Amino acid sequence: MSENGGLQAWATSRIAAWSDLGSILNRLERKRDHTVTETLRAIELYRALGRDLSIVRRTLPASRMTRALAQSYARLHAVIYRKPHNWRERLRSLFQDEIPQVVRELRGAIQLVALVFALTAGAGWWLINTYPELIGLLASEQMIDGVEGGKLWTEDIVNVAPSSVISVSILANNITVSIVAFVLGVFFGLGTFYIIAMNGFMLGGIFAFTHQHGMSGELLEFVLAHGLVELSVICIAGAAGMMLGESLIRPTHATRRESFRHAAGKTSKVLLLCALLLIVCGFIEGYVSPDPDYPMINRVVIGFGWWIVMWAALSGRLFGGGKKTSLQDEQG
Amino acid sequence: MSSPQITLQTVTGVDVELTIAGPGSRAYAFVIDWHIRLLLALQWLLVGHLIFFRGLKMTPNPGSSYVLWVWLPTVLIYVFYHPVLEIAMRGRTPGKRIAGVRLVTREGDIPSAGSLLLRNVFRILDSLPVCYLVGLITVVLTEHHVRIGDIAAGTLLVMDHDSSASSFASTTAAKSGLTPQAADLIQELLDRWPALDEHTRGTIARTLLARVEPQIAADDLARLTSLDLRERLLAKLARQ
Repeated sequence: MSENGGLQAWATSRIAAWSDLGSILNRLERKRDHTVTETLRAIELYRALGRDLSIVRRTLPASRMTRALAQSYARLHAVIYRKPHNWRERLRSLFQDEIPQVVRELRGAIQLVALVFALTAGAGWWLINTYPELIGLLASEQMIDGVEGGKLWTEDIVNVAPSSVISVSILANNITVSIVAFVLGVFFGLGTFYIIAMNGFMLGGIFAFTHQHGMSGELLEFVLAHGLVELSVICIAGAAGMMLGESLIRPTHATRRESFRHAAGKTSKVLLLCALLLIVCGFIEGYVSPDPDYPMINRVVIGFGWWIVMWAALSGRLFGGGKKTSLQDEQG
Repeated sequence: MSSPQITLQTVTGVDVELTIAGPGSRAYAFVIDWHIRLLLALQWLLVGHLIFFRGLKMTPNPGSSYVLWVWLPTVLIYVFYHPVLEIAMRGRTPGKRIAGVRLVTREGDIPSAGSLLLRNVFRILDSLPVCYLVGLITVVLTEHHVRIGDIAAGTLLVMDHDSSASSFASTTAAKSGLTPQAADLIQELLDRWPALDEHTRGTIARTLLARVEPQIAADDLARLTSLDLRERLLAKLARQ
């Protein structure tokens, strides 16, 4: 039998096995919990496909059949080497162990970012206090006119739109700011620094402006219930961004790309928790903060209460993981 | 210039080769997805509007229900199209499927939900300043044609043509006396038939037929029309 004849005979014998490869692979990819029989069949198919691919690569290189078999082999390889998936266990591990671990690593960066925020807030306060006419750089004309007329812009929020709409728009905005503070860390941390500094500067400047008109107490009352967690979360997202920048400046792996990938994968876990915390902050800012019926003491309790919950979540204690990780820390 | 490839070594000793999708395939998939998500979002907006106002009329202040049930889902469909579908379709989206590409990890695996979310978080940066300019420049300049989101998430966009059915079908032609190489070439030509101009496909088809049917005279081959040539090639593959 000629070489081509042998190849023909072999291809004909294998065609039955290849004809429904597509549907088998789709089934295997779609399902996550395979039975032992299915797993053994998949492994057997993987071996058989490996043999077939090896033969066609030698006999029919660069042919469509080779490409199709290589494609199927790559898909089956991905299915077989896919990591076991247990979303409950994954979430438990994420909130109990992984996020607290990252937060501990970020501790220094969080302190640094908080310091930058405080210093720029102080600078904003000083600038507007010294040169009140510069408030036009930080606030809109409408806001300035309102405060000069003895009325905070926050008083009108619920008249403009209902609390539900305000909450959704605020939480979307805050999450976007946090994400931007994080991803701009890719510019060697400078983008993050800019976002944090601008936010601090504006907060300080606006407080100085309202103070000049005897309304800083009212603004503090508005900010207290949601602001503690909101500003903390922005600082944490900023710290995560700083870590991204640092991974490029001082790579921890063989290449900067690898170092960046590692840092992004690690710090993004914290960002997930930050987003969840900001969702609640959005609802506090939409329903509690603009409502004059809430007395100061309630706002203090809500603000500090949610702030304590935030730190309990970040340390893993809220999910029952704090003690274990603290112990590991001491041992480490 | 051939597309870059990554080779994964496996325990069976048979390497897995993945062809990296270039900027063209990536942009093609994105444009399709962009249209789909825009149409889906607009469809929700239009249907929601029609149901809410019982027609196309508009009230100046439609209220919070309109924002929450009509506008918000419209924005959510647009913003979460990529992350939700990439997770649900294991690294694919309708646009990627049509463009014949899919996302994999650097180890060739299906990316995790976390990686896909992270990849989409960096979309903010990749889309700067307009029209995904940062992402496009990164894709063109990097070895594996990846945007910043892919670098952060450790993902790659690879070619994923589902051509197995027709490729394996062509091997049945082995029974007709064709060599597997010739059957493969004929199948390739037939697949690309609509994309080739008449002169090119006629020349290739005549060359192929002269090789697999040496008994046909050159004059007879020259007289065959494009339709006849295609019929003959199909008959060669279909003959049992």
